[in-house]
Amino acid sequence: MVIYGIYIVSKSGGLIFNYDHTLPKIESEKRFSYPLDIKLSYENKKVSVEFGQREGLHVGHVLYAVNGVPVTGRQLDDGREVSEVIENKENYPLTLKFGRPKMTTNEKIFLASMFYPLFAIASQLSPEPKSSGIEVLEADTFKLHCFQTLTGVKVMIIVDKTQIGTEVLLKKVYELYADYALKNPFYSLEMPIRCELFDTNLKSMLEQVDKNGIASI
Amino acid sequence: MTVHNIYIFDKQGSLLFYQEWNRLKNSGMTREEEAKLMYGMLFSLKSFVNKISPLDTKEGFLYYKTSKYTLHYLETPSGLKFVLNTDNHSQGVRDLLHQIYKEIFVEYVVKNPLCSLNEPIQSELFKTKLDAYIKQSSVYLTKSM
Repeated sequence: MVIYGIYIVSKSGGLIFNYDHTLPKIESEKRFSYPLDIKLSYENKKVSVEFGQREGLHVGHVLYAVNGVPVTGRQLDDGREVSEVIENKENYPLTLKFGRPKMTTNEKIFLASMFYPLFAIASQLSPEPKSSGIEVLEADTFKLHCFQTLTGVKVMIIVDKTQIGTEVLLKKVYELYADYALKNPFYSLEMPIRCELFDTNLKSMLEQVDKNGIASI
Repeated sequence: MTVHNIYIFDKQGSLLFYQEWNRLKNSGMTREEEAKLMYGMLFSLKSFVNKISPLDTKEGFLYYKTSKYTLHYLETPSGLKFVLNTDNHSQGVRDLLHQIYKEIFVEYVVKNPLCSLNEPIQSELFKTKLDAYIKQSSVYLTKSM
């Protein structure tokens, strides 16, 4: 039972709140000899694995460090280009550190606004009349629960597939939003939620769920 | 429990096959437009799921549920996409989709030399076999209104 994260999206599709609760860190460090038996590519300002998936190394993983030196973009922090280091036979054996790319805030905003049309199309393509948008979305690694309030605000929670009772949790988050964000005179609607009370109450609620389960709230 | 409709897309995103059983609402557009919208949504869902997933995904998107229906999705490694809409109480639809691919699509489309793989499926045999297969499955039971 794990809660991965919470997103709150405003009526117009903008991300107004995001909290990563437990994000598993997926990283692996391995020694490689010449020639490299994986294919790397440079895309979206990241050097990532294109081919050569194996234990601990997944297609899409990003190169974090070469011989312990961190990588930013396509450059090592000591100024050398990643591609040059990797192609040069004399540098081997090399220790490369790969990991699942972490989402930046910009990417999260992008994803939140991407969910908005998906939600709308799902209700438009419905074979039954008067369908709502997406309420539960399941993939092989997680489950996303979405609750749309009457005013159009969406609360999304990403949980482990085995988690039950997420609906209760969604309502509870909405209650906290109503109590601590909306009643805060310094909070303006549709703007990102920066209310300390909301943050602390949400965190303590999640901790309680971690400890005693959903039934305790 | 009931089955609403099925869409089959190829890897380029063109609609190979569509059939409906109990569809109560039409989207108000032509079939081609609807198929494009559906494919676009699936494509975005796939990328959305891969990005937002906290762990490395293997199969990725499996299904989504609204208040009225559930959309089940199966993608084969060759890029064929099977989409089946059912009501919210259906069980084991993923297995059914696998079976449709294995026992109906491969048998009556891939093994039929007159069926071109990148064009909409015209075969009557495929259509009747699929219809019969869906109708005898446990997921298909006409809702008593």
